[in-house]
Amino acid sequence: MIKANRVVTSTCPYCGVGCTLQLHVKDDFIYKVTSPFDSPVNHGNLCVKGRFGYDYIYHPKRVTTPLVRKYLLEGKPKPEGREQVFAVSIEGKPISNSLISNLWDWIETDWETALNITADNLVRIYKRDGSDAMAVYCCAKATNEDNYLLQKMYRALFRTNNVDHCTRLCHAGSVVALQQATGSSAMSNTASQVVQNDVFIVTGSNTSENHPIIALQMKDAVQKHGAKMIVIDPRRIDLVDMAELWLPLKPGTNVPVFTAMAYVIVEENLVNHDFIDDRTEGYTEFLSTLETFTPEYAEEISGVPAEDIRKAARMYASAKNAAIYWGMGISQLSHGTASALALINLAFLTGHIGRDGTGLNPLRGQNNVQGASDMGSMPFHYPGYMRVDNPDNRAKWEKTWNIEEGGLSLKLGLTTTEILSHAHEGGIRSLFIMGENPMMSEPNLNVTRHHMEQLEFLVSQDIFINESGAFADVFLPAVPFAEKDGTFSNTDRRVQRVRAAHPPRGNSRPDWQIICDLALRIESRLGLPTAKWNYSNPEEILREMGSVNSDYAGITYDRIDRVGLIYPVPTLDHPGTPTLFKESFPRGRGKFHQLDYVPVREEPDDEYPFILTTGRLLEHWHGGTMTRNSALDEIYPEARVEIHPADADIHGIRNGDPVKVQSRRGEIVVRATVTEKTSVGVVFLPWHFAEAAANLLTNDALDPQALIPEFKACAVQVFPARVSDLPNPDVVVLRGRY
Amino acid sequence: MAEKLAMTMDGRQIEVEAGKTLLDIARENDIDIPTICFHEATTANGLCRMCVVEVEGQRVLQPSCIVKAGANMKVQTRSEKVIRARKTILEMLASTMDLSDAPDILSMMDEYGASHERFPDAERRESQVKDDNPMYIRDYSKCLLCWRCVQVCADDAQYTYAINFEGRGYETQIGTFFDKAIPETTCVMCGQCVGVCPTGALKPKREYLLELGKSPAEISVMNTGKKQRKVKG
Repeated sequence: MIKANRVVTSTCPYCGVGCTLQLHVKDDFIYKVTSPFDSPVNHGNLCVKGRFGYDYIYHPKRVTTPLVRKYLLEGKPKPEGREQVFAVSIEGKPISNSLISNLWDWIETDWETALNITADNLVRIYKRDGSDAMAVYCCAKATNEDNYLLQKMYRALFRTNNVDHCTRLCHAGSVVALQQATGSSAMSNTASQVVQNDVFIVTGSNTSENHPIIALQMKDAVQKHGAKMIVIDPRRIDLVDMAELWLPLKPGTNVPVFTAMAYVIVEENLVNHDFIDDRTEGYTEFLSTLETFTPEYAEEISGVPAEDIRKAARMYASAKNAAIYWGMGISQLSHGTASALALINLAFLTGHIGRDGTGLNPLRGQNNVQGASDMGSMPFHYPGYMRVDNPDNRAKWEKTWNIEEGGLSLKLGLTTTEILSHAHEGGIRSLFIMGENPMMSEPNLNVTRHHMEQLEFLVSQDIFINESGAFADVFLPAVPFAEKDGTFSNTDRRVQRVRAAHPPRGNSRPDWQIICDLALRIESRLGLPTAKWNYSNPEEILREMGSVNSDYAGITYDRIDRVGLIYPVPTLDHPGTPTLFKESFPRGRGKFHQLDYVPVREEPDDEYPFILTTGRLLEHWHGGTMTRNSALDEIYPEARVEIHPADADIHGIRNGDPVKVQSRRGEIVVRATVTEKTSVGVVFLPWHFAEAAANLLTNDALDPQALIPEFKACAVQVFPARVSDLPNPDVVVLRGRY
Repeated sequence: MAEKLAMTMDGRQIEVEAGKTLLDIARENDIDIPTICFHEATTANGLCRMCVVEVEGQRVLQPSCIVKAGANMKVQTRSEKVIRARKTILEMLASTMDLSDAPDILSMMDEYGASHERFPDAERRESQVKDDNPMYIRDYSKCLLCWRCVQVCADDAQYTYAINFEGRGYETQIGTFFDKAIPETTCVMCGQCVGVCPTGALKPKREYLLELGKSPAEISVMNTGKKQRKVKG
């Protein structure tokens, strides 16, 4: 038997559920992960990623020494072009294999040199081109403390709001909609309250794969607590097995389906008049636009039988407690904001909000996407969702960061997608990426690649050289969750501790320390009075943020030592707020929104007859930086396109056959899974696999309000291909559950 | 408020909530009853019988994890009959399975003075370690059939139903349908089963490799090459 040197309690680094992990460590090596059965979020249950997927920490390709390109070290002019050089051997050492010039080779160096080169180049560009040339991607995987510091560095030193992170690519539509309608932007209730629902709607979320532990609680709600589940999703996802009703809508037809439900609720007088009178505004105007949205009209557009829309509306409206849980299928559309608003209208009509066991619940994707957003890693907001264009907010942060009056920028920054599309002469010249991977996560990757190549100076702070870091000029080796202290805020708004299980590997360093060291160097080069970077521990960082952001004001590491607190926690003796909006909405009254049906930007036609929708797999995580460097990749090593048997027949495609999937923007070759899990006319691809990247195909059309891209629907064609066309012909996933 | 009733446990007169099991009540009153198959996260089913107690008026010993308190019940948790039963259960386990990874059970054996040699002619249940996936191994030589893994795979947690009992009587073993390798079953590799296994029969692969003497560096390299499965035919 192995005896642990220590067992360290921390929080899972994968999805937004925020499961408690106990890391069993021997000789600075985690050999086992367990979870306490009294853990508040997951009750001892974990998924394959949380329990087994931490081995990327020890992967030999992890880079643990600072790297700079040879041209920088030798003080030579930057060679023409910008090349994607992974250039790391299986031992994590740089290899010379640049095609353009050996000046692009990665060279190992010390921290002093790497940080000085980074500071020199960022300051050079800032002095030459000003704030608008600077941009940063914060990171939904990193801690609250890391994110707070990085946005502080860019706002306080470079005076820019070009700060964003991958929330833009996941729930931006939901965030904007909730802010417009309620004035808040997080889940209104906790996920574990699902067992208090009588009826709940799951829509645009394949919860079993993306929030596995919440899916278990949903199944418990149905099997053990008598709740009824309605699934509204184009795919016959795992949860459909336990659903009372499944509405298989065509991707991108959310607004007509949800608004037709509203039509039925009004038509059959199932509305909650008291709630509407007391708590909302805009109802009369909303009614005036409802006329067109008959269930029959919605059926015509979405393919969902009108009678099922009626049933779903009646079930939701007549329940005592009902809630809505949603995922990317709502927000990742060119009308993502409208889709979320259509759900919010339903909650306002019925009053299923503001009580335990009800609510509007966008299931947040990343472990800390909620926290990174709370920390102001967004172009329009300081920490605590304080608008950057409001001079009062600016004054508060100027005071905190020791900045002259009027020093911070009032100008709204650019979003992730905009930052890259502005990468050209006279636009964005330098980009700092902490832990993100736009070369996998942006839509229309061929164009993203072009934008990356236009950057003058790119810094990657990560644990691996991923598809984006491979373009960088400087690589700063940071640490994964198990080597640093801090906090994550989960999808329930629960702020939980992250603890180092062992020291950083090699010469890598915790992100917050790297940022502070770099910020000090930048500050002295700019001759600015210090904004304060001499933190002795991460808690001091959180307290500085909490001194201005009242949601976090009452959170100390001591208070969340064992069990996290659910913000808002305005004071040191406040117990936390699991259910929001009990008395009122932050904006006062909840606002009904009038909606139109806007089709997806690219509808199928004769040339591209299928709708491609993208999503995730249980075994993998987003751009794959972690899971594709893990044994998880052994159990699911290849991308597969799901196609309905009726469609496969027409093209003579059998299960397992290689096929080419082509859109107007790109093409990939993958094996087909012929399955009724997807609907006729709809094919599905996971987006984790660099060698067959789904985002080469996706459409970069944006939602006009949230600027979130339309990942969930574009037009493609599918052709039979040869085995030899596959990126890895001898790799094939063999799993019973698929 | 739940209905209250009076009963006696180990001579102590106590007032308890109706509906609670004898094990719940013992734990609330700091009376130690040993358990093996019982787990707070699974449905108790009285399989291992380690938690038996003597209830006055009952012909046989009662498993305290499932028997509920009754009015005026008189319970002995450490009578001679109880001690003998527990000792025998431990001796039977020790004679048929590998308890080397079950320190809790080994210390119970010390406590009850149970002998590893009580049944020298017993046939040990031995099987090869099943190492068929990169996440966890199954060593059924160490399995005492507590059923927790099957329960958490089913309605107690995961609703996945990848494993169940197979065989009958002495041949009973936990297995997959048609004895398929784990990756070919409905298993989602959540490892809830590993989390509740009391005897190390289910174990994370990396812990197993460390036990085999592999170094962390060797284990880390093993994880780097994706297993390339040849396409059949």
